[in-house]
Amino acid sequence: MKEEIIIAGFGGQGVLSMGKILAYSGLMEDKEVTWMPSYGPEQRGGTANVTVILSDERISSPVLNSFDVAVILNQPSLEKFENKVKPGGILIYDGYGIHHPPTRTDIEVYRINAMEAAIEMNNTKALNMIVLGGLLKLKPMVSMENVLKGLKKSLPERHHHLIPMNEQAILKGMEIIRKA
Amino acid sequence: MKEEIKLMKGNEAIAHAAIRYGADGYFGYPITPQSEVMETLMEEKPWETTGMVVLQAESEVAAINMVYGGASCGKAVMTSSSSPGVSLKQEGISYLAGAELPCLIVNVMRGGPGLGTIQPSQADYFQATKGGGHGDYHLITLAPASVQEMVDFVALGFDLAFKYRNPAIILADGIIGQMMEKVVLPPFRKRRTEEEIRAQNPWAALGKPKDRKRNVITSLELDPAIMEQNNIRFQATYKRISENEIRYEEINCENADYLIVAFGSMARICQKTIELAAEEGIKVGVLRPITLWPFPSEAIARQTSHVKGILSAELNAGQMVEDVRLAVNGKVRVEHFGRLGGIVPTPDEVLAALKEKLM
Repeated sequence: MKEEIIIAGFGGQGVLSMGKILAYSGLMEDKEVTWMPSYGPEQRGGTANVTVILSDERISSPVLNSFDVAVILNQPSLEKFENKVKPGGILIYDGYGIHHPPTRTDIEVYRINAMEAAIEMNNTKALNMIVLGGLLKLKPMVSMENVLKGLKKSLPERHHHLIPMNEQAILKGMEIIRKA
Repeated sequence: MKEEIKLMKGNEAIAHAAIRYGADGYFGYPITPQSEVMETLMEEKPWETTGMVVLQAESEVAAINMVYGGASCGKAVMTSSSSPGVSLKQEGISYLAGAELPCLIVNVMRGGPGLGTIQPSQADYFQATKGGGHGDYHLITLAPASVQEMVDFVALGFDLAFKYRNPAIILADGIIGQMMEKVVLPPFRKRRTEEEIRAQNPWAALGKPKDRKRNVITSLELDPAIMEQNNIRFQATYKRISENEIRYEEINCENADYLIVAFGSMARICQKTIELAAEEGIKVGVLRPITLWPFPSEAIARQTSHVKGILSAELNAGQMVEDVRLAVNGKVRVEHFGRLGGIVPTPDEVLAALKEKLM
């Protein structure tokens, strides 16, 4: 098993922390893991992205030219990464930030209205966990049990009371992801 | 006891490894992309547990001189910075080498020259391997290619520095510093007591007992006849290091038709290039120097018996390629591929360059 994933959006959307939780969940499953962020000014409002690789074997490059899965949360990221999805791969996007949807026909495209759902849940910070839920529905690469363990590992203890809310958001995402 | 496996950034790994090694002091000044080294040390508060000093100095220059002070007392002390900050430290590093002081320096390289960018680079290869400051000296230069090696090379760097009384440097880059991977942390070691330091480092300036002359730590010697003898002694040390401490990794080299020489994060990227090349029926191997100084010249020269060409892949405009060419001495073609100023190539870009330049 090897999944090469790019998660991209605006800084502040929780792109890096979504990748982190995925990486920690992989750690709990005893997989090899790399988490390679874009770092620097991106974190403060520009575009941010993170490459996460989960594998049963030793991981070679943390830098990739193509991906099995792209999770896209804004238009500039779609323009940057749509062409980097491997043929037959998966692209997930949030309809909220994307005005010109993906056009490729040789990949599977899924839409998740995560921002809408987050607003309904009265918690826009849950956006990234809703998207993670959608991703895990399509690619159950880690078990829910290990995602919760991963959340516990990656969140500082003072935020542990938020774990049930995060679990709810993940379940919501699993429910609302649709083929585009 | 079950191994302690954690997920962390390369920079965080340096901090945890230093505490567990039993380091006596860290002196630094923040700069992206390595600020998490000091941030992690400050969060861990080792002064409350092991007694390790962690100090944010007023500048890089102050930090390296604090390292000089600590090292003079035989303590295991270190600093870390990124390229522009390491340039500021060069005078102090030359003094440390001239005074034969052990210490650990970490450079998480970013794109230059000047203030440059904060993105990854390997453009400080010359600076780290050829001295960096003034005078004839070398640093033991270790190039980690994973977060685990960021952990392992802290202990290795300190051990080599004390073994040879010479500064060691970990030459990493923004990728290795910022990415998270699984690591196994070593068990905690106690910091050495002053008695142990006195026994292991009789040269240390830790207070003068009545039965010997005072220890003087200095790089100054105005008598050129003595200064020449000092230099001859340094060169003898460098020779011993070159004879005993060369480290490298050969990946898929045995039946390779083409060889890539790459270190640090580039070596990881080129391992993926091996896979892509194999899909096209091209046999590529990677030789990864782990010590950049001393350089694995003989190991590279041996490859010329069966490879048709060598690509030196670096995040710079062509630095290590000079050492590769010296090693190969014209026996096969050696070309360079690099991206500059903080741009990191993808594995397929390296393969395209290999095909264009060597096939």
